[in-house]
Amino acid sequence: MGKTLAEKVWDEHVVRSTPGEPDLLYIDLHLIHEVTSPQAFDGLRLAGRAVRRPDLTIATEDHNVPTLDWDKPIADPVSRTQVETLRRNAEEFGVRLHPLGDADQGIVHVVGPQLGLTQPGMTIVCGDSHTSTHGAFGAIAFGIGTSEVEHVLATQTLPQAKPRTMAVTVNGSLPAGVTAKDLVLTLIAHTGTGGGQGYIVEYRGQAIEELSMEGRMTVCNMSIEWGAKAGLIAPDQTTFDYIEGRPEAPTGADWDAAVEHWKSLRTDDDAEFDAEIVLDASTMTPFVTWGTNPGQGVPLGGRVPSPEDFEDASDRVAAEKALQYMGLQAGTPMREIDVDTVFIGSCTNGRIEDLRTAAEVIKGHTVDPGTRLLVVPGSVRVRLQAEEEGLDLVFKEAGAEWRGAGCSMCLGMNPDTLSPGERSASTSNRNFEGRQGKGGRTHLVSVPVAAATAVRGRLSSPADLAPAAGAPGAPLTNAGSN
Amino acid sequence: MEKFSAHTGVGVPLRRSNVDTDQIIPAEYLKRVTRTGFEDGLFAAWRNDPSFVLNNPAYAAGSVLVAGPDFGTGSSREHAVWALQNYGFKAVISPRFGDIFRGNSGKAGLLAAQVDEKVVQQLWDLLEEQPGATVTVDLESRTVRAGEGPDAIEDSFDIDDYTRWRLLEGLDDIGITLGHEPDIAAYEKTRPTWKPVTIHAG
Ligand code: SF4
Repeated sequence: MGKTLAEKVWDEHVVRSTPGEPDLLYIDLHLIHEVTSPQAFDGLRLAGRAVRRPDLTIATEDHNVPTLDWDKPIADPVSRTQVETLRRNAEEFGVRLHPLGDADQGIVHVVGPQLGLTQPGMTIVCGDSHTSTHGAFGAIAFGIGTSEVEHVLATQTLPQAKPRTMAVTVNGSLPAGVTAKDLVLTLIAHTGTGGGQGYIVEYRGQAIEELSMEGRMTVCNMSIEWGAKAGLIAPDQTTFDYIEGRPEAPTGADWDAAVEHWKSLRTDDDAEFDAEIVLDASTMTPFVTWGTNPGQGVPLGGRVPSPEDFEDASDRVAAEKALQYMGLQAGTPMREIDVDTVFIGSCTNGRIEDLRTAAEVIKGHTVDPGTRLLVVPGSVRVRLQAEEEGLDLVFKEAGAEWRGAGCSMCLGMNPDTLSPGERSASTSNRNFEGRQGKGGRTHLVSVPVAAATAVRGRLSSPADLAPAAGAPGAPLTNAGSN
Repeated sequence: MEKFSAHTGVGVPLRRSNVDTDQIIPAEYLKRVTRTGFEDGLFAAWRNDPSFVLNNPAYAAGSVLVAGPDFGTGSSREHAVWALQNYGFKAVISPRFGDIFRGNSGKAGLLAAQVDEKVVQQLWDLLEEQPGATVTVDLESRTVRAGEGPDAIEDSFDIDDYTRWRLLEGLDDIGITLGHEPDIAAYEKTRPTWKPVTIHAG
């Protein structure tokens, strides 16, 4: 019997395999940030251990760095200590670090791919659950805890039980204006937040193949939101084109050898998955969440559900609690929900293509006076690129705040937070209670929906906007009924 | 790591499903660079609510948390495990755990015992009827026990063999792996040279 893509990559990394024990997996790339690493370095120091492979390790500051005044010392002393601890540890253990102010600083999952460090067939880990993002390149990439960070630092390996495999096949093409984010939110609403548990998921099918690398990263990023161990996509010409020429991409004969190997990284025709889900992209529409977990979503054209709509007793209770927390009435059309803040950014939707899409929607419009729009590039490179293309001017002219790179309001560890009761439309990945600030209420949305929402001050798609001044017809749209 | 064979302590009924790691400890509490002191952030958003279970003195000394399905989903923060441990919890019982949370628990020495949903229901009912009642989690026999007489609850829980063995022996994972250093070195010799590195010689 043939092998799945995930099995091929897994098997290439097994250092040691013994019945009754987890496999010992070799790790090709270890990404580090300031929040989940201090205790790991401390552990090394206590045990008198070194970092085995500093040359397979890279660190960046992202989670609690400010997105304003980033050239000044960090105002919050506790955040500053954490960032300074990372700097000291990187120095002491010889780890490459991209600190605040560096051109390659940014969200760790934006930085890896943009440097060309993320490549097909690798194993990639990070003390961060959205490490699954890197699976878009055909890598096995997953988040680990701090004890495991220490383990990888010390040994460049990780004991791991081999997960089961699942295929998510998305047939057909996404309609115009429907994005990778809508696809993955639809999937999660379909499976529930625990639906992928214990699986490495391969996303495949026409709609996936048609996605750009950035769209593929958005899909793989949110694998963790439906409980999957990791999500990956077979590398193809789109992948190779994205990697070629990046700073850490192979060159010359190495490039040829690499591509030849990467081309073998496809699920064999006779391979079997342990489970399969099939979806039809052509029926998908802009999708938004109404509740407090990423599975609680509906089409933008839909209404806030009622707890009675759920068959399962615990889903009913969860819906009741979510509606109360979110301050929503069952039956309210999603399009009538007013939003105080719109956040465009994060490792889900903070890449250059996302900012281009947002600018395209916003151009010629202004942000609703009752709404603030925060645009936070995923990395310094994304910021610089956007500024070169003049996107920052589009945002600023519309009345948005143009910020420095980092995680920002995705998790509100820096000053970018919601106030209690404040409602956001966010292109990030988690709408948990308090995620964006204590008492904050989050609706997860795609980039076009976020941009249109900022203009109208309520959940909207670009189709809801009047044509911008001087624009030939409406901007990229989807049928208004969605 | 301390050895874990069995633990008996006050059970805390947390009647909620989908308790993600942002609920267990919000991000604003993650800024410490130590492994201790996270207990103040545990369930921070709920601690102000007088009706929250840990605010009931009968449960305040709890050490066995009984939660609904999908406990510990979300972020990879091991701080969630530390916060539970720092508060005094030795074990968490749930019908389903977030993968990373369960892995982190095993590494840090917190027992994550996966049971049938009906067992959680029974435990909730018992612990609410008799606040302060104890629950035993026995790792040797993989059983959870609570109550006495005809209403006594006894059922098995799931934990993978390897994690169970490590917890029973109190073994440090890194030490075990370093015992296989020759295998790691041999593997490294076979890695293709075109694989990327972050630091370039010269
Ligand atoms: S952007 Fe958000 S989800 Fe992504 S790494 Fe940062 S905090 Fe985590």
